[in-house]
Amino acid sequence: MDAFLLQILNGLDKGSAYALIALGLTLIFGTLGVVNFAHGALFMIGAFCAVTLSRILGASYEVIDPTKTDFLGNPAKVQMPYVNDWFGPVAGPALQDWAVPLAILFSIPVMLLVGWIMERGLIKHFYKRPHADQILVTFGLAITLQEIIRNFYGANPIQTPAPEAFTGSVDFGVWLGFAENAIIYPEWRLVYFVFAGIVIAGVFAFLQFTTFGMVVRAGMADRETVGLLGINIDKKFTIMFGIAAAVAGLAGVMYAPINSPNYHMGMDFLVLSFVVVVVGGMGSLPGAVLAGFLLGILESFFSNSSFKGWIIENLYLDGTFLASFIQGIDQIIIYLVAIVILLTRPRGLMGRKGVMED
Amino acid sequence: MFGLSSKHDRTILIVATLFMLLAPVIFNLFPENSALAFFNGGYPDLMQRFAIFAILATGFNILFGLTGYLSFGHAAFLGVGSYSAVWMFKLLGYNVLPAILLSIVVAGLFSVVIGYISLRRSGIYFSILTLAFAEMSYRLAYSVLTPLTNGETGLQVYNSDPQVLAGANSPTSPHLFGIEMSSAFDINLGPWQFTFPVGYYLCAILMLISFYIAIRIFRSPFGLMLRAIKSNQTRMTYTGLNPKPYTLAAFVISGMYAGLAGGLLASMDPLTGAERMQWTASGEVVIMTVLGGAGTLLGPILGAGVIKYLENVFSKMNETLLETWFAFLPDSLQHAVVWVLSKFTGEGWHLTLGLIFMVVIIFLPGGLVEGGQRIGKRFSRRKSSGNDDDNAAASEPAE
Amino acid sequence: MGILEVKGVNKRFGGLQALGDVNLSVQENTVHAIIGPNGAGKSTLLNCLVGKLIPDSGSVSFDGQSVLGRSPFAINQMGISRVFQTPEIFSDLTVLENVMIPCFARRDGTFKLNGIRSVMSQNDMRAKAMAMLEDVNMADKATMHAAAMSRGDKRRLEMAMCLVQDPKMLLLDEPTAGMARADTNNTIDLLKEIKEKRNITIAIIEHDMHVVFSLAERITVLAQGTPLVEDTPENIKGHPKVQEAYLGGNH
Ligand SMILES: Nc1ncnc2c1ncn2[C@@H]1O[C@H](COP(=O)(O)OP(=O)(O)OP(=O)(O)O)[C@@H](O)[C@H]1O
Ligand SMILES: [Mg+2]
Repeated sequence: MDAFLLQILNGLDKGSAYALIALGLTLIFGTLGVVNFAHGALFMIGAFCAVTLSRILGASYEVIDPTKTDFLGNPAKVQMPYVNDWFGPVAGPALQDWAVPLAILFSIPVMLLVGWIMERGLIKHFYKRPHADQILVTFGLAITLQEIIRNFYGANPIQTPAPEAFTGSVDFGVWLGFAENAIIYPEWRLVYFVFAGIVIAGVFAFLQFTTFGMVVRAGMADRETVGLLGINIDKKFTIMFGIAAAVAGLAGVMYAPINSPNYHMGMDFLVLSFVVVVVGGMGSLPGAVLAGFLLGILESFFSNSSFKGWIIENLYLDGTFLASFIQGIDQIIIYLVAIVILLTRPRGLMGRKGVMED
Repeated sequence: MFGLSSKHDRTILIVATLFMLLAPVIFNLFPENSALAFFNGGYPDLMQRFAIFAILATGFNILFGLTGYLSFGHAAFLGVGSYSAVWMFKLLGYNVLPAILLSIVVAGLFSVVIGYISLRRSGIYFSILTLAFAEMSYRLAYSVLTPLTNGETGLQVYNSDPQVLAGANSPTSPHLFGIEMSSAFDINLGPWQFTFPVGYYLCAILMLISFYIAIRIFRSPFGLMLRAIKSNQTRMTYTGLNPKPYTLAAFVISGMYAGLAGGLLASMDPLTGAERMQWTASGEVVIMTVLGGAGTLLGPILGAGVIKYLENVFSKMNETLLETWFAFLPDSLQHAVVWVLSKFTGEGWHLTLGLIFMVVIIFLPGGLVEGGQRIGKRFSRRKSSGNDDDNAAASEPAE
Repeated sequence: MGILEVKGVNKRFGGLQALGDVNLSVQENTVHAIIGPNGAGKSTLLNCLVGKLIPDSGSVSFDGQSVLGRSPFAINQMGISRVFQTPEIFSDLTVLENVMIPCFARRDGTFKLNGIRSVMSQNDMRAKAMAMLEDVNMADKATMHAAAMSRGDKRRLEMAMCLVQDPKMLLLDEPTAGMARADTNNTIDLLKEIKEKRNITIAIIEHDMHVVFSLAERITVLAQGTPLVEDTPENIKGHPKVQEAYLGGNH
């Protein structure tokens, strides 16, 4: 039971990221009818917002520390972060330590701006073009964005640690009455899960309780009516795109400590998020969230060797080719599920009829 | 001639043939030691890649250009072709003929399976299915299938391999009945230097054959049906035609083209790894085809040529080189210019590629061929558009 | 025994009985109109004939063979061609190519890997298509892109595409809906001409009584999914049940 729970927990952080990206993707083609292959890039830009802020807060100059000497006996030079000068020796380091959570505030305007430029500058010209063109142009954009990031941040992953206070692990099992050390879970992942929950709840509340959200939901239910409802529909589209970009960006910011940001993380997550969207059912927001978590958890189960061992043993597959196939299945389980779902249940888990089906 | 009924088709086939045969000269226009020699592209390696990717893009175009089904999984067939070819080298010996044949057959079979399943959906769902299959193949190649693919090390030929058909004095690199792929003969004409590589000519000839087959397909009733699929599947079914087998046939043919390309890649360099199958590699084929002009005959070849050439030139430009080029500028300006340009060259080539691709889709959805036609029309307004022979080569921008 | 026999066909959409026990017999070489108020189930019936929908029960046979369970392309190959309310044509292709596709479909069947001889060098097919275009007065537009044509021409083209297959039966679903009077009259003339020149059975769904009475030899009135009466136009005109269905039912 505790092992089971641990696998579920392990799937939650990735699942949260899938869910957040898929949510944004669904918002975009639910309302704007655009298939956005650059959505993974938005996630990546979010992660690099965290990198950037931690670099800004870490910017420093050299000073001579008279209290220390180096090994030759000369006064030692130490790096003095600017924030220490501005905010004092207590608040300064604290700011640096909390760079990633602070990047949330930093990333929201950045992502809204990026989203605004993307939608106004590019996407809006593609509303009337075929889906293939939309895929192609956003694919080109994804390449461009990731290469820009590589140009400025290099090709290597950049470690971006969580605040000191969250680097430990919690003994989750004890809370639930299991034995000590049965379920050890990194604190930051817990934070990520809670954060994702808040963002998702925020998006749903926004759609549920604001007039703007009502228009959007009406539009997603029937794209024809959007035109009738809004006087300034263009502006609503832009805002919608900005929100979707911000959601992807936030997912990226907080993901930075879990997986050191690199320039191609967007492409890696993109394929999976599309799979998630399809499994959830194109155009269904709850479907996207549900499928995100389900697939994250599924992946975590199948990357656990004792679980796979259990399957092999109980199905008497030991020694057969299938045994080695199952050993490597964590790599492909999500795709397998997606293919099966697409073929047997084209509308996905919660999709409506006929969305984007020719 | 060649069963091509229209003069237009004969012309483009002849032009393509001349171009391919003389490519070593055409690409080395600049004398060896001149300042512009930098822009030469007549290296065996580059020209081979051009011919091979032209095959790949031509095949991809039969699917995407004609039927409109956008596959993001063609790199998987390329990879499968390469693996098959290397296995032939390991088992039979370095003769490229069996290797290439097997790579076409295996890629064909593989595409029957993937195509049969993926084509049960259309539109964006089809794209995502092919994407999922390609990612799956890529990951399987790294994990479960390591006995076949040799995992991360990549598949290559070892001394201990059986090579049952290899004689005592067979060449120890890929060859066609004794003629080694890596051999070449050089001609020096004054300051010009031309290299005529064997490997390239094999690729070029196979490319011309592939191109010829593509022309025949484009002009045949089969090709017409493929275009009908793109245009209106409802009308097609109510006209007594079953779109499914037509699309599947196009998918398999284009998969076989990709297999041939993969086999040739391995024949030029008998080593292959799974990264060839990644979905971003499929994206590159898409870019080539669309850049040149999807649905046109010459487009994919043009696209492959432009991208492979620019890739070569841009990747070669490093900062030192840029500095010498802009040495005539005042210092600060020189640094600024070099700084900006360096972002787009060398490692930054992919950035340039992404930008070019976006610009083409935004402003020229019909690709370079359409661009050429627009310019051509501007110069000869008086010619009306009534000439039907040329009509099929012209691609209307996607609706 | 008619060329098209519909017996006891039922079709439900959830709780809605779209077709209830429909019997219909269309005689060879006649023009048979199916009329009825909106939502009567006319289009549903037509979709059951062409294989787009499968009836819940009952039988549909054409030319002595059952069409049930066959896909639309197989049914077309049996000799039924269909004209849509908004013309369905291959708008990316030229007019000539549009008409050649059905020629190949008739010759090669539902699928043939026919990749050797070029389309334009097959003179017999080309001639057949051109002759058809001349029949509908569109020969001069052969090289035009289908998308660039007027709506009336698209309708003509679609008819040409159906007729070049030499179908035994032509099905039309509201071919004049949304048309101006002049276009409607042109369509009537076109259909009359077709009728005179060929041995063909035509079933037409139509709201415009002018069209119905200009063309039909027999009329079936459908209301709420069941046929009320079937008779000649003269008898239908004054029939009390018909008046009721149109005036009392939905209007
Ligand atoms: N696919 C479907 N799913 C559910 N209900 C349907 C479907 N197709 C038709 N219906 C319903 O069946 C009934 C008959 O529809 P049908 O389209 O056959 O009528 P019709 O006689 O062609 O009407 P009109 O003159 O307006 O074209 C209608 O109430 C319609 O709403
Ligand atoms: Mg109707």
